[in-house]
Amino acid sequence: MRISKAWIVAAKDIRVFLRKRYTIYSLVVFPIIIGIGLPFVLNVVISKQGALLSTQHLTDLMSAFAFFFAIGASVIPTLLASYSLVGEKVEKSLEPLLAAPITDSELLLGKGIGAFIPSIGSLYIGCIVFMALSDIFTHSTLGYYYFPNWTVGILLLILMPLMSVLSVEWSVIVSARATDPRAAQLQGVLIAIPLFFIYVATEVGAIKLNTTSIWIISGAAFIADIILFFLSTKTFQREEILTKWN
Amino acid sequence: MISVENLTRKFGELTAVEGLTFQVEEGEVFGFLGPNGAGKTTTVRMLCCLISKTSGDARINDYHIGKEADSLQIRKMIGLVPDNVGLYDDLSAFENLDFYGKLYECTEGRRKENIERFLKMLELWDRKDARAGSFSKGMKQKLALARALVHEPKILFMDEPTANLDPESAKTVRDFIMEIKKQGRTIFLNTHNLDEAQRICDRIGIIKTKLLSIGTPEQLRKSLAGPKTVIRLAQASEAMANSLRKLIPNKFEVSDNKLLIDVTDPDKENPSIIAAITSIGGQVREVTQLVPTLEEVYLQIVKETK
Repeated sequence: MRISKAWIVAAKDIRVFLRKRYTIYSLVVFPIIIGIGLPFVLNVVISKQGALLSTQHLTDLMSAFAFFFAIGASVIPTLLASYSLVGEKVEKSLEPLLAAPITDSELLLGKGIGAFIPSIGSLYIGCIVFMALSDIFTHSTLGYYYFPNWTVGILLLILMPLMSVLSVEWSVIVSARATDPRAAQLQGVLIAIPLFFIYVATEVGAIKLNTTSIWIISGAAFIADIILFFLSTKTFQREEILTKWN
Repeated sequence: MISVENLTRKFGELTAVEGLTFQVEEGEVFGFLGPNGAGKTTTVRMLCCLISKTSGDARINDYHIGKEADSLQIRKMIGLVPDNVGLYDDLSAFENLDFYGKLYECTEGRRKENIERFLKMLELWDRKDARAGSFSKGMKQKLALARALVHEPKILFMDEPTANLDPESAKTVRDFIMEIKKQGRTIFLNTHNLDEAQRICDRIGIIKTKLLSIGTPEQLRKSLAGPKTVIRLAQASEAMANSLRKLIPNKFEVSDNKLLIDVTDPDKENPSIIAAITSIGGQVREVTQLVPTLEEVYLQIVKETK
């Protein structure tokens, strides 16, 4: 496997993403809403509940809000990867691409990197903004800066990349059957459903988001990554793509 | 250069291509002629290592199409113009070619030089920074041609490169093919345009799942039936025809003061036929030679398989 070949494909895909209004919106809207919107929600909660708000409840809420970035990591790459894969199918550009001296795995890796880098980059920027604003709004209540901490560190550096990879792999599988990028994206975002359940579970107090629980969720994501890796590489084969994807 | 032996491809119960055997020599323009669904695209896809064969073998410069290690080598030495241009609409003409140049491992200098050369040849250099999506169909086809050539492949596969183009664009593409032929590249051309095949190709294979016939356009035309001599007379009557039948052994028909005569060697037979006609009082106004067109040959061959 030559990483340089994968990088050529990824660089081309990123260039295309940055020229499509729809993919730019996908990259920008979610991190802005979560990164700026949620700290303001925290601010409203603090100002309304005042002294009634326990520091434990506030920090639990902040961790739960940070978890939205893991959800984002499972949604945004699928939006880009579906657009990239089904887009190639719609533009009929797969045949000349597959006729070039590039292996299936290099092409798949390139598509993955192309969707991964802008997604994770925009989410990291959003998360930094989220942490900074959250710290500003909560410092007077908590008396210390809650972020960064180990929980969000594992979330950022372990869980989010694993969820992004999972999201790309899932996109490859759903893109094989889809003929329209939007349809692929709709199916693609289904990968985020388990994370929504986890979020709801934290809100009702069934799960507490801490370093242990984030490690466990990351472990599950890692296992899912391995399973979907084999399924996606089985789907993404030259002959399958040309004879069945079209 | 391209050697195909008993190549077969099945899709489940459907046999797309069966027992193809032919060779394409270096520098030759080989036309693959056949109706829709005849297996032309399947053959090109097999030769470009895009899909596997069911049985048989094919070699491109001694690399076997079925071997994984060989297929990367084959893909390096070929260029493909597929039936759908498949350009990236959001990238400029230059960026489209540059992306493929990188994939084919061309150095930056060679890439830039080739992009400029081919875009200039195809009269697209002025639009090099324009989005490919803004191009007309003909311009896109030309850009797809440049893309297939950016790494200077020895062999070029083209799948109906002039289909759906207006006459002017089709001519530009044909002229370009003739230009790259002069450079000594081997060209494998899928087409159902008989006129194009006749004008461009050194040899033609007629395919309908199986290879039905192969040869130069001239050989194919002669293979259907021998040439005919058409003699226009001042006046042709049935009585004259009966007299002529006693003088010449050739079969002929009479129609509108014209004699349509089957000949095997026109140069040898025509003088004696004309002498016989004049000897029975016929006044010859015009003598022409009728050779079956490639279209007639093609239609006849394809019809025979039904």
